[in-house]
Amino acid sequence: MQLSVWTYEGPPHVGAMRVATAMEGVHYLLHSPQGDTYADLLFTMIERRSKRPPVTYTTFQARDLGKDTSQLFQTAALDIVERFKPDAMIVGASCTAELIQDDPAGLIENMGLPIPVIPLELPSYQRKEHWGAAETFYQIVRHLADKDRKPADKASRRPLVNLLGPTALGFRHRDDVTEIKGLLGKLGIDINVVAPLGANVADIAKLGEADFNIVLYPETGDLAADYLKREFGQPAVRTVPIGVGATQDFVREVAALAEIDPEAMLQDGLSRLSWWSRSIDSNYLTGKRVFIFGDGTHAVAAARIASEELGFKVVGLGCYNREYAREVRAAAKLYGVEPLITDDHLAVETAIQEAQPELVLGTQMERHIAKRFSIPCTVISSPVHVQDFPARYSAQMGFEGANVIFDSWVHPLVMGLEEHLLTMFRDDFEFHDGAGASHLGPGHAAPESAPAPATPANDTETVWTEEAERELKKIPFFVRGKARRNTEHFAAEQGVSTIELATLYEAKAHYAR
Amino acid sequence: MNAPAPLTAHRTEDCAPVLKERGQREVFCGLTGIIWLHRKMQDAFFLVVGSRTCAHLLQSAAGVMIFAEPRFATAIMEERDLAGLADANVELDRIVDQLLARRPEIKTLFLVGSCPSEVIKLDLSKAAQRLGAKHAPQVRILNYSGSGIETTFTEGEDACLASLVPVMPALPKDAPKNLIIVGSLPDIVEDQFRRLFSELGIEHVASLPERAVANLPGIGPNTRFLLAQPFLGDTAQALEERGAVRLDALFPFGVEGTTNWLHAAAAEFGIDDTHFERTLRPYQERAIKALAHQRERLQGRTIFFMPDSQLEVPLARFLANELGMHLIEVGTPYLHRRHLAQELAALPPAILLSEGQDVDRQLDRVRAAKPDLTVCGLGLANPLEAEGLSTKWAIELVFSPIHGFDQAGDLAELFARPLRRRDVLRV
Repeated sequence: MQLSVWTYEGPPHVGAMRVATAMEGVHYLLHSPQGDTYADLLFTMIERRSKRPPVTYTTFQARDLGKDTSQLFQTAALDIVERFKPDAMIVGASCTAELIQDDPAGLIENMGLPIPVIPLELPSYQRKEHWGAAETFYQIVRHLADKDRKPADKASRRPLVNLLGPTALGFRHRDDVTEIKGLLGKLGIDINVVAPLGANVADIAKLGEADFNIVLYPETGDLAADYLKREFGQPAVRTVPIGVGATQDFVREVAALAEIDPEAMLQDGLSRLSWWSRSIDSNYLTGKRVFIFGDGTHAVAAARIASEELGFKVVGLGCYNREYAREVRAAAKLYGVEPLITDDHLAVETAIQEAQPELVLGTQMERHIAKRFSIPCTVISSPVHVQDFPARYSAQMGFEGANVIFDSWVHPLVMGLEEHLLTMFRDDFEFHDGAGASHLGPGHAAPESAPAPATPANDTETVWTEEAERELKKIPFFVRGKARRNTEHFAAEQGVSTIELATLYEAKAHYAR
Repeated sequence: MNAPAPLTAHRTEDCAPVLKERGQREVFCGLTGIIWLHRKMQDAFFLVVGSRTCAHLLQSAAGVMIFAEPRFATAIMEERDLAGLADANVELDRIVDQLLARRPEIKTLFLVGSCPSEVIKLDLSKAAQRLGAKHAPQVRILNYSGSGIETTFTEGEDACLASLVPVMPALPKDAPKNLIIVGSLPDIVEDQFRRLFSELGIEHVASLPERAVANLPGIGPNTRFLLAQPFLGDTAQALEERGAVRLDALFPFGVEGTTNWLHAAAAEFGIDDTHFERTLRPYQERAIKALAHQRERLQGRTIFFMPDSQLEVPLARFLANELGMHLIEVGTPYLHRRHLAQELAALPPAILLSEGQDVDRQLDRVRAAKPDLTVCGLGLANPLEAEGLSTKWAIELVFSPIHGFDQAGDLAELFARPLRRRDVLRV
């Protein structure tokens, strides 16, 4: 058993729902107890979808358990065919139905339904939502992709690709797909199929006609891309185009496979992020401490942008999905931090507290943690919240996505000139630590030395002289925690047990960047 | 105006016609009650023994509405917990130790059963005894089931409160008559009722649950109780088994319901009718004034209740009798005929009542009837809105203060707001 307050991922059948809901003409029959229908609200409320997810739940109750739950399942299957007339059906069990062992796959096979039926085995007590989505998409592709479809003669057409991985309830999937379609259009590449998002059964059948695949979201698209590589010999582009550098790499990788020259397009297709980051106002971004946590793909992409494109210092990097831990470990090594691979949000909270970042890039979970610590935060990854489905266009991928990222990461920070003003006015009676940020209005006072732990950061008993402590208080509150921590660390290293005024400034010189 | 759907059976004195349906039920399970119960009982912690789905449900149901440091968590069962019950019990003990070490302020811990814990027959009452002995007297450990196979949405609260009844202190035979308000109410509403009872001259009034579980009210043969919620069948039965007597009344929604509910207590406690009327008059007048604002908008409008919280019948009675709405169908997950006897009698004639659900068939009826307002769950609301039908989230009725005189206007406003919004928007 695992004690869990909030979870980063739902059960695997929710992943299957994300695939079914993303597609057209595919219905999901889920053997499940009453109550599992709550998952509908993820799509209708959080994502504001205007249609119910195409899911029929058997919603068995205790009184059914003694009798015939498999009969409920078969009746539901017949009702689906008659009422919804889907082109294909996926069938499976939720966690409780898995325990009663009705064998949905076997039951459905004997019914001779007039449509393709795809049984899913999603072990609820081992796997989670992303894997469930990836496995479901893979099974749909394996059952429905027509093995006789091959790419047409290259001489008579432009290069043709599939975009794999976008689902319902994905973090900015809707806009990412638009952005990447536009980017590929500029390169002179045509789209064969986008799947699962918006794909129907006929689309899945013709996946084999593409020259190669682009995996936009490895978490949900990798398994299908592996299969298509094995079965159809289609290569896969796995560079995820989030950030300027990654998008350039992506364009070159795609162009190489498509056998076209991308350099002309790259000349005028660049993001504003490059200049915005080089402009002098952005000087203050230099070395800002940033803590990054999310799904593996978004976390790794964010670390590269933070480090190479905004000049931040990555002080924490991690992911909640173990399936992508390897990528995160490799990236963490690059930035010299300990990788944090956990789905325990309390462990993430502790890590954030210890790292004392100036900006947190995370999920909705980290947003709440950061709020408690009064640290600015931007959401970069699922799990999602209703706010993560903005009305406006806000892709993360491609060059426009980089613009969106620049704005959404930088705006929560105290801005460059503001920082100088803070220093200038720190003794002003209206501008003191307790006053809080003006845009929050009165009553939003910053907590006294917000992220600083109550106890010294190290185990040794360091003591601050009154004079040093007074001087420390003159440092603006948002960097005071860091100054305290650095000074204590420095003192410990030097074997100094009493921190005096001089120690404070020696530490400052030592850590000067 | 749409004609109400035709009756499928003839109305008799004691039995309203009911369409009973079996099919897909688009309802929450009883675990959802934890969302409001943990806010109400501030010294209690709810530990669901379940699956990742249970944890995800709590977070999704809560995430739409609140996000506070919760006093609930899930012990998520994993593959190895399914291998043997002995191991599962060892694991549960470890989790409870870990939790109590981290949250020393917990006074009462509810172990909450789920679908998977029940299917594998993990005996949480034994676990509660075992762990209770270990952690007494600092922590009292109780258990109930909030599983979807046993409970529908608000029945989770029923199961939770029923689990408290055996540990309520016993009152002697000669104890003065006391009154218990049963059902978790927002503090503001609870305080209003307490003030009213006090003005009426009824002493010894308590609530189940109290804000601190540690202060459970006493119970004995002189205990009388009023149900504040219509979904508390098991709790009422448990209270009756301990000798308490239920005062039959309408439920306290609107002027009619609240008056009737208070009167049931006043009559039982020998309060003079003149005093009763004089005391209530200013409250009633205030409520009638507040309702008048909404009546304009709601009168003559049609409404369709999808089954959700079991609040449907009393709310339908309120909307029909005090605001002049036309009821097309009143769906409820479960119809407790005995507790709702007066409510059913007070409903206008020719109403289609439905119990249980086949969600697709019911949606066919909604589309055919085109009601002005459909009360439904969160999974259905936006899709119906997209089809041009105005909706009211049923769950808001469970979370909002809607009982009593001073909330009658607010309750009506919850139904009027979607209609007002539809009239205002020009996009």
